[in-house]
Parts: sequence; C-alpha cells; structure tokens
Amino acid sequence: MFPLLIIALLILGAASAAMLTRNLIHSALLLVGAWAGIAGFYLWAGAEFVAFAQVMVYVGAVSMVVLFAVLLTRQGATSAPVEYTSLKRGVLGFIVAGGVGGILFGAILGSPLDVNMPTSTPAVSVKQLGFLLMDSYAPALLIVGVLLTVALLGAIVIAAVDQPEDTP
Amino acid sequence: MSPLQLCLMLSSLLFCVGLIGALTRSNTILVLLGIELMLNAANLNFIAFWRYGPHPDAGTGMVFVLFAIAVAAAEAAVGLALVIAIHRHRKTIRLQEANTLKG
Repeated sequence: MFPLLIIALLILGAASAAMLTRNLIHSALLLVGAWAGIAGFYLWAGAEFVAFAQVMVYVGAVSMVVLFAVLLTRQGATSAPVEYTSLKRGVLGFIVAGGVGGILFGAILGSPLDVNMPTSTPAVSVKQLGFLLMDSYAPALLIVGVLLTVALLGAIVIAAVDQPEDTP
Repeated sequence: MSPLQLCLMLSSLLFCVGLIGALTRSNTILVLLGIELMLNAANLNFIAFWRYGPHPDAGTGMVFVLFAIAVAAAEAAVGLALVIAIHRHRKTIRLQEANTLKG
C-alpha cells in the first residue's frame, strides 16, 4: 500500500504541475515524470511488459515528439511564457472537472469492489503475452500495425512543408 | 478501503487533472497533453481491474493496454503534426484563434 501512495503522489504532483505551469518546456518535462510514474505503477501492479512499453513509447517517443512540436511552434527567440486563459473559462473548467471527479468518486466508493479479490500478484509472462498477441489477438495486432503506419505517414504529410514546384 | 478503490481513485484524479488541462488552457499542445493524460488514466484503470479482477491469469487487460498505448501514440503524432501545420499557416497555436479550416 505504501509504494502505491508514493507513486500516486509522484504521478499527480507531476501532472498537476505540468498542467498549471506557464513554461511549455517545463510542462513537457514534468509530463515525462508523470509518464515515468505511471510506468512505476504498472511495475507495482505486476505488468512489467506494459511498463516497458510505457517507458519506450511515452518517456522515449511521445515526449520527443512533444518537445519537437514545442520548439517548432515557438513564437519568438525567447521562451515567452504561455498566458493563462480568461478567469471565467478557468473557473468553468475547474467546476466541470470537479463535478466529473465527484461523480467518479461517488461511483467508486459506492460500488462493492472488494469481493473475490486475489491477494497474490498475478503472473503473466512475456511468453504468454506473446502467444496471446500472436494467437487470439493477431487480427487486432495487424490492424494496429496498419493504423500506426497510416497515422505516421499522415502525420508526415500534414506536417511537411509544401515546396513550390520548379518549372523546367 | 481496498487497494482496487485506491487505484481507481488515483486514475480518477489523473483524469480530472487532464480534464482541467484540456478545458482551461488555450495552448493547443497543452490541450493535447491533457488528452494524453486522460488516456493514461484509462490505461491505469485497465491494469487495476486486471490486477484485482477475478481472472488475472487471462492477460486481457495487459493486451488492451498495449493496444491503447499504440493508438495513443498514433493520436499524439497526428495531433502534433496538425499543431505544426496550423502554426505554419496562422502563426499561432492558440485554440481561440484557430477557428476556421480555410487555408
């Protein structure tokens, strides 16, 4: 129980600071901390392979893409801080998020969730996971591969600069 | 309070943090990062229910999270490419000023 609280503090602190800070670079780097904390949660829950996938995809790849986007969309040479939005929008956002959080907490605390709970950490080895992915979930794996290819090619096409055609 | 409820509360709080970021910030990159946080909160739920569910040896929750991570990576790539394209055309990434799709 104690490691879970530390991991929760790390995740929530880093995520809150990232969402509230005015510097975009700091925000991206704090989110790397939050994603690493989520990988720590996966390790705590016994899902090692998912933890490594989280580290590789989020801490490694997505954070780099975010940093590139931040640097490419700079307004000027200096790192001007991001201004906050209007007070009305901020208050409304907090009210909506608080309402959603209240509903979720009420549902969690009102549900009988502690029945039939296994005490030991479940062990699904990487070999079993590979058999699952290649056997019962093989069509889904292929579709995800096609989706990633199409999405990344589309991202390149969208972000590429249109060069004017040289007339011979 | 059971550990499953603690895990679900953690993911609810993370979802709310992401929601606050997506609703209140006007920078497009921060909105996208808030949506990423919400996706991560959903993944936390999958792992928590897999860990404390009645059939933890099935491994279905882990497979679902792997697919969700792949789709989230594709979403982040396309979203940030859109941010860069909008910045090239309009010289701004404020959401309020990118309210038309014409050139």
